[in-house]
Amino acid sequence: MTTLASTEFASSTLGKVLLSPRGGLSALCLAIVIICAVFAPLVSPYQYDIQNLPLANREPSWAHWMGTDEFGRDLLSRIIHGARTSLTVAVVAIGISVAIGMSLGAAAGYFGGLFDRLVTAAVDLSWSFPEILIALILIAIVGPGLGSTMIAIGIAYLAQFTRLTRAQVMALKNETYIEATKNLGAGHFHIIFRHLLPNALPPVIVAGMLATGNAIILEATLGFFGLGAQPPTPSWGGMMSSGTAQIFIAPWIIIFPGLAIAITVIAINLFGDAIIEALDIRNRLRDA
Amino acid sequence: MVDPAGDNIATVRHLTRVFTSRRGMFGPKRTMRAVNDVSLDVPRGKVTGVVGESGCGKSTLARLVLRLIEASAGKVLFEGVDLGTLPAADLRKLRRRMQMVFQDPYSSIDPRYTIRRALLEPYQVQGVTIDAAAARLRIDELIAMVGLSPRMADSYPHQLSGGQRQRVGIARALALNPSLLVLDEPTASLDVSIQAQIIGLLEALKNDLGLTYLFISHDLSLIRYFCDRTVVMYLGRIVEVLPTSRTEPRHHYSRALMDSNFEPDPNRRKVVNRLAGEIASPFDLPPGCAFAARCPAATELCRRERPVLAQHGLGHQIACHHPIG
Repeated sequence: MTTLASTEFASSTLGKVLLSPRGGLSALCLAIVIICAVFAPLVSPYQYDIQNLPLANREPSWAHWMGTDEFGRDLLSRIIHGARTSLTVAVVAIGISVAIGMSLGAAAGYFGGLFDRLVTAAVDLSWSFPEILIALILIAIVGPGLGSTMIAIGIAYLAQFTRLTRAQVMALKNETYIEATKNLGAGHFHIIFRHLLPNALPPVIVAGMLATGNAIILEATLGFFGLGAQPPTPSWGGMMSSGTAQIFIAPWIIIFPGLAIAITVIAINLFGDAIIEALDIRNRLRDA
Repeated sequence: MVDPAGDNIATVRHLTRVFTSRRGMFGPKRTMRAVNDVSLDVPRGKVTGVVGESGCGKSTLARLVLRLIEASAGKVLFEGVDLGTLPAADLRKLRRRMQMVFQDPYSSIDPRYTIRRALLEPYQVQGVTIDAAAARLRIDELIAMVGLSPRMADSYPHQLSGGQRQRVGIARALALNPSLLVLDEPTASLDVSIQAQIIGLLEALKNDLGLTYLFISHDLSLIRYFCDRTVVMYLGRIVEVLPTSRTEPRHHYSRALMDSNFEPDPNRRKVVNRLAGEIASPFDLPPGCAFAARCPAATELCRRERPVLAQHGLGHQIACHHPIG
């Protein structure tokens, strides 16, 4: 029976996302990853940092579903805890990016002039380097670690949010309702925070979502180079890096973290795509 | 400066707005005078109409009068206060006295705002302390005032028709009890039947609330019906001021505008004198009368010397070397 409530849900944005095949499947994957990350100590079968050298490099079994690593640590438990590291770094980094990028982009797009030109020049300059290079340079300056990884990734992705917000604000500020609000006697603060940013938000949220997937890859890359989370904190990239030494005798050490990265990033991208589809904002994303 | 008559709500003197643009990145700078040396009085409690074809600067004039854009020269006095020299904070306070209704009702309300929230915004912006119950009452009153149903208060703009949205735009402009309302083609993007309703509403509101209107339009017949005084603009300048709605236009351009109105009654239709010639480019205006190239009565004098706005009878001002009649 189709009730009014269920029809209403199906036509809402969230409903459209969850009821589409790729949206529903990716949401399920993401939910599992997020639950693992949040409740890591509860869902992992072993402690992630207990070494058991006699059990080193064991292949997957009923006792250790994903096998053990070169120190005999349970790989599944480390991957579950690694989800925590990866998601935290990616979300905080993109949070930094979105917050600073939106502020810069809104100010540049709204006020224009010299400030706009400086911001645009800086953004275009950083846009011309790959994110990994920017992140590596920043970590080389600040030093490796979880905190500096977050900051480095956050700054590496700053350019795209600045550009996107600036383009949105420049388009929106010519709308009649902005002039109408100005005519009511509203100041810049009111216009930016009550009208421009809320209207510019949907594409930025989606772009942020897609960038989170890339940030997980970037975090894994930095972890692979030993520049991210430091041992014994598990990170997917770091686990793959230590797995390279055992690749011929215990390939599961490198395969399972790699799969975890791949599945998470694919799920995030599909989910983002489903949102783009549901909100119908592909054009606005492309313009920027 | 106290204005001599004392009954003008707004006085505009020698107002000019120049826009500059470049042809290409290294091309020469070109300037365009969208509004050129316009002086105008807006008498209190009356409807002053500004009419002219697209691009003649009437919308720019409306925004200059409210100082939504900055003037290049000249000044605007609103209730004796020079808006040009007013500090930004004082100007924002003064905005509650002068409001505007916009041409496009489809984009004049934030799509994310409900009607109620849009109508509450003027009070928030002006820092008026108003408790929830009083705000609700006031918003219901505004909604009723513009002839909308109270159940529309929680609708979003996209759920309303153009006419309903324009009513919301009017309610929003009235929220702060202004004395001057600038109407920038408020009916131009509406159906003819809806136009009549909106004009009727504006007339009723004017009488009930004692408002003064500055009414911008390109529709001379609408202007003649609705306005007490009519100002005709051509390429940024005033070419004629008609003191009453019955004054016959004597400038050739105003006459052409009048003739261009469609007459529904076939027996009353007359032969329309279509304007020949090209409209002058606003970027490089000819030295003489801007209308000379299209004017049926243009002479050598018109092409050489620009006619100044001069009195021809009581309050009737014409800028023409050879006025009709």
